[in-house]
Amino acid sequence: MAKRIDARNLNIYYGKFLAVADVNLTIAPRSVTAFIGPSGCGKSTVLRTINRMHEVIAGARVQGEVLMDGENIYAPAVDPVNVRRTIGMVFQRPNPFPTMSIYDNVAAGLKLQAGRLKRDELDGVVEQSLRSANLWEEVKDRLDKPGAGLSGGQQQRLCIARAIAVQPQVLLMDEPCSALDPISTLAIEDLIQSLKEQYTIIIVTHNMQQAARVSERTAFFNLAGVGQPGQLVEIDDTQKIFSNPSQRRTEDYISGRFG
Amino acid sequence: MTTATPANSLATISSVRRAKDRAATTLIWLSFGVALIPLVWLLWTVAARGLHAATRNGWFTRSQRGITYRDPGGGAWHAAVGTIEQVALCTAISVPIAVLVAIYLVEYGQSSQRPLARATTFMVDILTGIPSIVASLFIYAAFVTTFGGQRAGWLVSLALVMLMIPVVVRTTEEMLKLVPNELREASYALGVPKWKTIVRIVLPTAASGIITGVVLGIARVAGETAPLLILVGYSPNRNYNLFSGPQGSLPGMIKDEFANLGNTHVLINGHPATVHWAANRMWGAALTLIVLVMALNLIARLIARRSKVS
Repeated sequence: MAKRIDARNLNIYYGKFLAVADVNLTIAPRSVTAFIGPSGCGKSTVLRTINRMHEVIAGARVQGEVLMDGENIYAPAVDPVNVRRTIGMVFQRPNPFPTMSIYDNVAAGLKLQAGRLKRDELDGVVEQSLRSANLWEEVKDRLDKPGAGLSGGQQQRLCIARAIAVQPQVLLMDEPCSALDPISTLAIEDLIQSLKEQYTIIIVTHNMQQAARVSERTAFFNLAGVGQPGQLVEIDDTQKIFSNPSQRRTEDYISGRFG
Repeated sequence: MTTATPANSLATISSVRRAKDRAATTLIWLSFGVALIPLVWLLWTVAARGLHAATRNGWFTRSQRGITYRDPGGGAWHAAVGTIEQVALCTAISVPIAVLVAIYLVEYGQSSQRPLARATTFMVDILTGIPSIVASLFIYAAFVTTFGGQRAGWLVSLALVMLMIPVVVRTTEEMLKLVPNELREASYALGVPKWKTIVRIVLPTAASGIITGVVLGIARVAGETAPLLILVGYSPNRNYNLFSGPQGSLPGMIKDEFANLGNTHVLINGHPATVHWAANRMWGAALTLIVLVMALNLIARLIARRSKVS
């Protein structure tokens, strides 16, 4: 059962430096939302705030709230590890664990969390995840080979399989296709369409056509000015953002007048 | 029609550059040779002189019990066992401490922890420069003078610990820093706690490098003689007990035979003869020490290769 994400008055800091100011948005469950905007405007920063990966960087902190189905994940009593088990992430460059085989990579999330799974249950989950990631047919005969021996597109699908094997409610994708060729990109976009029936997906992308193809809602981020923090300029249905946005700056970005 | 190459086309290399290239290449090969010569010479000398004794029957099974400079034969078993035991105990103590310190410095020593991390790095740097005899004196002062213990093999191990820890900390630190941050992030994003990420993802990825560092540390301490002089007596007999009594060791045996190098005149069946038994045994012990460390190196690399999914 996918969850809904709300951000309220979110201010994101690196030490004393305010990187993103006052973000307010809502993401509906089982939908795909795209974050677009020029480089350095804070889209990845906001994304990483949603699963509390932002604070892994020394000195980084957050003010405000992020709610998952109404529950504030930044409440003092909340363990970030638990948050990250519910909200998964796929990164820009594929990063399979080099010392593990394909099977172990997919099973890594489950094996490294508390609790033991029996071998055949684990087999089932691995197969299911690889099928969902559209990778099963290609690797079913070499599950014990190292994960790093696959092509870029396959590695990224492996990382997606690894992320969904732990059955998160929300899946965050930080420019997952930017290191891949067009064919692999297409495969992953198709994958996103099928995954959205089960998960809430947020994808950061530089590629506006991709955002238009893949998402139902789009959020446009931009810097308020030179040396200013980033901010959420507009969030709306994808159709509207790309045809008739309400903000001037959004229209300028979409039509390529800058960025 | 053939095209002549004009003087300033892409295909010509200026003669100045060519000369510089030749000079640099020569210099580099020369340096390589100069660096290699002592190494090869040393290995050749030790092998040539030590092979005679080391290939004698019983070299690896017998000790020097009852053997004086007037007698041939005997073996190096007592010495090999002593060195192996002392170095093994040292490794068992140093490696966990050093690896944990390196993990702290790399994984936890950021931002708010900076002062403690900086102090730790400073201390490790100081330890790197401590001469082995000073470390031995310290152990002597602490354990023999103050606590009133006896000289024994385990004290040697303690002195070696002080010499080995900085080497392993430094190399482990470098290896841990080489693990890409993306792997840690991938693990955190799966909801794996930090400590588990370090134990199950970071350490295995850095494992072969860490093992190399440990072997380097062992190579450094295996031949240290100052601790042997101060902290334990040399015994020509077998002593498997690290905690009491004098113990044989390979550097100790080398030193022992060295003292007898001049005593080459003996009587064989009543006739005077010149023999080099002490010298042979000395070189044999040296060869054994080198072979021991090399064998450890090879074993460690084998282990590292097996455990890596390459």
